[in-house]
Amino acid sequence: MTSPLLAVRDLRVRFATEGGVVKAVDGVSFDVERGRTLGIVGESGSGKSVTNLTLLGLHNPARTTVEGSAVLDGTELVGASERTLRDLRGQRVSMVFQDPLTALSPYYTVGAQIVETYRRHTGAGRREALDRAIEMLDRVGIPQAARRAREYPHLFSGGMRQRAMIAMALVCEPDLLIADEPTTALDVTVQAQILDLLGELQAQLGTAIILVTHDLGVVADVADEVLVMYAGRAVELGPATRVLETPKHPYTRGLLASVPRLSDPLDRPLRPVPGAPPSLLAPPPGCAFHPRCDQVIAGPGSPCRTRAPVLVGVGDSGHEAACHLEAGAGAAGVGSAERERERAQVPDAREGGKNP
Amino acid sequence: MSTSEAPLLEVAGLTKHFPGPRSLLRRRVGAVRAVDGIDLTVEAGESIGLVGESGCGKSTTGRLITRLLEPSGGTIRYRGQDITHASRRELAPIRAQIQMVFQDPYSSLNPRHTIGGILRAPLDVNNIDPPGGRRERVRELLDTVGLNPEHYNRFPHEFSGGQRQRIGIARALAAGPKLIVADEPVSALDVSIQAQVINLLADLRRDLGIAFVFIAHDLAVVRHFCDRVVVMYLGRVVESAERGALYEDAHHPYTHALLSAVPGAVGPGGGRRERIRLTGDVPSPINPPSGCHFRTRCHKARDVCATTVPPLTALAGDPGHRVACHFPSPAETLASVRG
Amino acid sequence: MFRFLVQRLLGAALILFVVFTVTFFLFFAMPDDPARLSCGKTCTPETLALIRRDLGLDESVPMQYWHYIVGVFAGRDFGTSHCSAPCLGYSFVNHEPVLDTLLDRFPATLSLALGASVIFLGVGVMIGMLAALRRGTWLDKSTMALSLIGASVTIQFLGVIARYVLVDQLRWLPKPEYLPFTGDPGGWMGGLLLPWLTLACVQAAVYARLTRASMIDALGEDHVRTVRAKGLTSRQVYLKHAWRGAITPVVTVYGIELGVLLGGAVVTETTFNIPGIGKLAVNAVANSDLPMITGVVLIAATAMVLANVAVDAVYAVIDPRVRV
Repeated sequence: MTSPLLAVRDLRVRFATEGGVVKAVDGVSFDVERGRTLGIVGESGSGKSVTNLTLLGLHNPARTTVEGSAVLDGTELVGASERTLRDLRGQRVSMVFQDPLTALSPYYTVGAQIVETYRRHTGAGRREALDRAIEMLDRVGIPQAARRAREYPHLFSGGMRQRAMIAMALVCEPDLLIADEPTTALDVTVQAQILDLLGELQAQLGTAIILVTHDLGVVADVADEVLVMYAGRAVELGPATRVLETPKHPYTRGLLASVPRLSDPLDRPLRPVPGAPPSLLAPPPGCAFHPRCDQVIAGPGSPCRTRAPVLVGVGDSGHEAACHLEAGAGAAGVGSAERERERAQVPDAREGGKNP
Repeated sequence: MSTSEAPLLEVAGLTKHFPGPRSLLRRRVGAVRAVDGIDLTVEAGESIGLVGESGCGKSTTGRLITRLLEPSGGTIRYRGQDITHASRRELAPIRAQIQMVFQDPYSSLNPRHTIGGILRAPLDVNNIDPPGGRRERVRELLDTVGLNPEHYNRFPHEFSGGQRQRIGIARALAAGPKLIVADEPVSALDVSIQAQVINLLADLRRDLGIAFVFIAHDLAVVRHFCDRVVVMYLGRVVESAERGALYEDAHHPYTHALLSAVPGAVGPGGGRRERIRLTGDVPSPINPPSGCHFRTRCHKARDVCATTVPPLTALAGDPGHRVACHFPSPAETLASVRG
Repeated sequence: MFRFLVQRLLGAALILFVVFTVTFFLFFAMPDDPARLSCGKTCTPETLALIRRDLGLDESVPMQYWHYIVGVFAGRDFGTSHCSAPCLGYSFVNHEPVLDTLLDRFPATLSLALGASVIFLGVGVMIGMLAALRRGTWLDKSTMALSLIGASVTIQFLGVIARYVLVDQLRWLPKPEYLPFTGDPGGWMGGLLLPWLTLACVQAAVYARLTRASMIDALGEDHVRTVRAKGLTSRQVYLKHAWRGAITPVVTVYGIELGVLLGGAVVTETTFNIPGIGKLAVNAVANSDLPMITGVVLIAATAMVLANVAVDAVYAVIDPRVRV
């Protein structure tokens, strides 16, 4: 058993804001294996983007405290010096952002921006770096790469810009690519192209990918493992097929039930998750999801209201959920009837993607 | 003039040309044909979905129907009355009946006005005096859209995104509309909130009999909400059908591509669907391809596609299913993967 | 790029023509009779008529307008004095063609504006950048507090105090005066040092605050985050990437500022007795020297329009999206 490429343990990120301290990430742990894709799913404020920015030290250090551990292939990232992180960025870990129009500099040609990355980490000469940049642009499917390398990003279409962004991210053949909502700003047919492209490049280069997204469909298509985040905490983690087909956490189930799918029966009612995500300034005590949860354990002293649940194994294959209903099989206050009811709901909460 | 036979909204040959981007150097490059001759009929209480990618003209169409934009050509009839170029005064009584819900609940509400003020405005403008008074009506509206009527005096920033979109919907409801044009009403919202708003719109449709023109890029949401779906590409309608026919039996290659590009179209257990890949991006609407606009990305394209615009014609077996393609056919792969 | 500039210059010419026309007709809307003003105290009806004829005031207004325009291109005569093309009129207060006076005074204004610009742009932008990079530190807070004071004092106040302390008492700086650069470069510089510093002090404060704000915005931009994610050093991030976004608002404001300064820094010139366009304008207004006022307005408008063309050209250099 080799160690994972990236092992994140109990990561905690706090921001000092004018309104108080925001626990943006509150004890998140996960692994990313070499050459695999981890999908991180969550809504705004779930901490999914913050987690990744802090891994590379791209947060504002003056207002942020980061605790816990994140080990990339033997190197501890949390608390690492700026110099260490700088050498990793772009070389061993790269990022692709949501909006390629604003993420690429408007002031330099696409080629120059790729050249800059390559020369920073390899010390290659201009000529060599330019050849490499053109090769990468060609590889991500940009036609007439040599000519387009001399153009500015605003002359590219949205899809071509994101391809260029990917070419830049992969120019040093990193071990890990962090893609933060890489297709959210794109049209659906272009999104499909970009996701295919990421898959192809991953197969060729063996790059591990962390794909941050709010779109469960995207995760279903490309992720091997899924981490579901809610209010700064991991609520469910496991192989994509398991998490999406037999979700164990009420939030994951709620998300799946609230999204219409093309494969649904035509008149399947949408069952929304009631309420709204909590403020991270004053998150609810206990399980952050309990005010919106339809299976909250009743009664005074309910663990849902008092104790934050931790991820525990549910079944085999490394599927874990952070829910008292799963954890507290033997604990006081969890009736077996409730567990039965909850089990019974699994089939119809599942997306009808597969006919048994 | 208006007859009981006329549909609620009838759009024929609607076009909108925007002046081309004017550079400092050159003269106008030519008009952007944002909407290039589309026909559309909305019956009372019906919900029509307009789908397509950026630049297809779906939002422009919405703004033309609500007369927020002045059409360049074609006609718009509301209950038989031609409102294509109606003046402000002529439009006044109709404005109350055709309302719009916008995508961004943050920028479409004036931050300096209270919710009460925002919702009263349509009543004041249209001189509507509901029994019990305007203030009471506003409270009812808040209740209808699932907000606390006691929040009458609060300001938009005190509400979450989902709640603001409810306020936007309440504003559209205030004047008692017959038709609501909803332009991407849920795409700015968090996933778990989207379903709340969609369900609210569905309830309004059922309870109040309001017709919807629902503009969205999310095909699954449209499938859920709409009776009929119109697929647009570069300003033209390429296919329109009852939703069952459109999603199960699409005949235009662009519709096939759109449907197969939807992520997670088939659950992971059913295997990943073989995508019909479109190459490249949507061409610029300033200089669209000749003939069929889609031909540059179409695997079926032949010579005729470059020379002749395919007319929107009904399929033999289904008069309600119309396709603008020289070579329409059901998708080969679709049936096999549809679990 | 060339066509762009030509187009802008043609537009500038049109604007100047409009400005001129408006000024010219305002001239006639004014209650003063220029002939009477230039006639002096011992004015006889005969002299008045003579001056009228010399000034061309005995003609109809459209004819005078026409003559003025012809004068701009071909020159014209005012009585016995000839005003060669381009003729902007003849001042009967100074008894010389307006253009000669303007050209005589312009070098002083230009020296003052450019010299002060070098100082306040250099110092202001540098302080602003540093404050942005060290945001929240004592350096940021103290420079911003100082700049708030700097931006709040007036030139008259600062100028008089500085002159008293630095020139009269400490004798660190030479007496403020204007000596032509061509005659005595050292004296030119020495004489202008105090006016430069005074003007720059107030302006630098404004630019420091502006630069800080726009640099902070620029550092928050997505593409700057991308550059950091590529592993570039902070220096590369700031010096190669972030400054471009930050400098655009500075250029915009400076473009307007330069136009104003070249049209005459009225207060500074008056405070330090620099014989520039600004002082000329004040005198012309005081003497109701209408041809001179027209000339000053024209030169101020020209400065403003040219500064704007220059700003557009600089935009195009900074930002490729502006290039066509």
